[in-house]
Amino acid sequence: MSEHKPNTYTGLPDAKGRFGNHGGRFVAETLMPLILELEEAYRAARADPSFQEELDDFLKHYVGRPSPLYFAERLTEHLGGAKIYFKRDELNHTGAHKINNVLGQILLARRMGKTRIIAETGAGQHGVATATACARFGLECVVYMGEVDVERQQPNVFRMKLLGAEVVPVSSGSRTLKDALNEALRDWVANVENTFYCIGTVAGPHPYPEMVRDFQSVIGREAKEQILEAEGRLPDALVAAIGGGSNAMGLFYPFLDDADVEMFGVEAAGRGLDTGAHAASILGGRPGVLHGNRTYLLMDEDGQITEAHSISAGLDYPGIGPEHAWLHEVGRVNYVAATDTEALEAFQVCSELEGIIPALEPSHALAHVMKMAPEMDRDEIIIMNMCGRGDKDIFTVAKHLGVEL
Amino acid sequence: MSNEPRTRIAETFERLQREGRKALVTFITAGDPDLDTSQRILDGLPQAGADVIELGMPFTDPMADGPAIQLASQRALKAGQTMEKTLAMVRRFRQEDDTTPIVLMGYYNPVYVYGNERFLRDAKDAGVDGLIIVDLPPEEDEELCLPAMEAGLNFIRLATPTTDDERLPKVLTNASGFLYYVSITGVTGTRAPDARDVAAQVARIKRHTSLPVCIGFGVKTPQQARTLATAGDGVVVGSALVDIIARAQDGGAEAVRGVHELTRALAEGVRVAGKDGT
Repeated sequence: MSEHKPNTYTGLPDAKGRFGNHGGRFVAETLMPLILELEEAYRAARADPSFQEELDDFLKHYVGRPSPLYFAERLTEHLGGAKIYFKRDELNHTGAHKINNVLGQILLARRMGKTRIIAETGAGQHGVATATACARFGLECVVYMGEVDVERQQPNVFRMKLLGAEVVPVSSGSRTLKDALNEALRDWVANVENTFYCIGTVAGPHPYPEMVRDFQSVIGREAKEQILEAEGRLPDALVAAIGGGSNAMGLFYPFLDDADVEMFGVEAAGRGLDTGAHAASILGGRPGVLHGNRTYLLMDEDGQITEAHSISAGLDYPGIGPEHAWLHEVGRVNYVAATDTEALEAFQVCSELEGIIPALEPSHALAHVMKMAPEMDRDEIIIMNMCGRGDKDIFTVAKHLGVEL
Repeated sequence: MSNEPRTRIAETFERLQREGRKALVTFITAGDPDLDTSQRILDGLPQAGADVIELGMPFTDPMADGPAIQLASQRALKAGQTMEKTLAMVRRFRQEDDTTPIVLMGYYNPVYVYGNERFLRDAKDAGVDGLIIVDLPPEEDEELCLPAMEAGLNFIRLATPTTDDERLPKVLTNASGFLYYVSITGVTGTRAPDARDVAAQVARIKRHTSLPVCIGFGVKTPQQARTLATAGDGVVVGSALVDIIARAQDGGAEAVRGVHELTRALAEGVRVAGKDGT
């Protein structure tokens, strides 16, 4: 927080993959040449208009973009303050924002001549998106998923299998998302020739945080255009949930240099920040190095990574993308938190008032919207990223509400 | 390379060269299966034939390691191992042994959280000679490699089958002590390296450096150790030793005896290789 304000917030990472003190390339030597190759291939693809054209074409006809910007009128009335808009990325094919990034990476993998795709998944949304794109392009797909998550996300496991992917349960460590990531990295080290690692969030070694952000930025670019058309001006606030932070980076990034737009990244406070059972890396963690980058992590005093907890499996990761770590330190984005209980309440309110069953991830964002909107004027505007639909979560929600299905 | 720290590692490899034999480098995880047993294993390794000791600093998320060493980390952490205890193990070892090099091996986060400066000072004071930090490639040398050299510790580099001739000079730039050749593309202790491939790769690397080259990541038996030692200046054995600890029924005595027995057999294999080679 001692750093002075930069002229632009969109100029990073630097050549070393750093966002201030965060990011970097903390990987084993075996992977280093692959990461350098990936960076080069990504630069070449980005400079090639035909790559973006191909991606845009798939985003339009396969994913269904642009996703609508929807004025949540009844929720707005209910809260009695700022006008609330949802960026409807839950309407994408596969039901979440994950596919935006996956398509970009899979098209890149094809350009690089890779024939085998690996991915990690927690809740299963990124795994499903990856399996989907691999089916579409006829690529071999292996998804690593912690044993604990395999048990609690059976429907998504079956979806991935229907799509032709091999789902490998990970039994090492805490048997959750972070261990799935470790196992994917181990696979990559062992299959360097033909394999492309499709990371699901804005974390990992450079260039992943930058690349995933760029692919997800379609969310913010569309939202900006849409709000200008609907309201003739930029919003006062953006709100998005944060696990690794890809949907939030995607919404925030195109607005970072618009000084009047406030931003709120909502971490999962689980059972409460003071209980230790949460997934709030910025509010409840400190800087460290894991999975190829320096960022805020949940860990003990000896640098051992601790388990995250959230009612939302998609937020259940003990780290956060390095660009968020930097945006926090320079004070551009406000990082706040919502508990399991607050997210559950928001989930129900949204379902009842708007006829939209949100995923538990954006329910955290919505919980914060419900706190801030009533405090704002009626002519102020909030855009919240509705980054996933809640069908996958109905079993979890039923359980917490004491309902037997 | 005047800024290369001179440690017990250089002295050891020079002595081995005079004796015309190769080095046996053994890896164990500090605190596995518990602090006391681990100390007894460590203290007896030189007597059993280890020329260089790699002592693993346990970590919850060992991304470059196979199941054997992952489990070793978990056992150690469960038994309460910490960085301070690992450094204390080295200090105790040094009370009896002032010649066998000790290299701390692990991942960056526990070091970073301990504090880089404090870590380098405490490690040097404890009698550590070198560091292998798996997730610090040359691109991140300013983090710990350069400060370690400054503090008088060797920063041991890994070269892999993916480190081609173009990249090799970058890997070698701040390397000192010895070079660890990772004989497979993969994680530790999973598949066996092909001896002929390894020999060709090590010969290639030796055209770029005068540092001793030790070969590891899949060496399990005395026979393999013997074959691979011929290709370089030493072999590293880790997972096979750690597996003995995992299998030991009574925890303590059996683990100590088993690790030292295998070390003796490996040392014998490596010694024969030295004779073949000269």
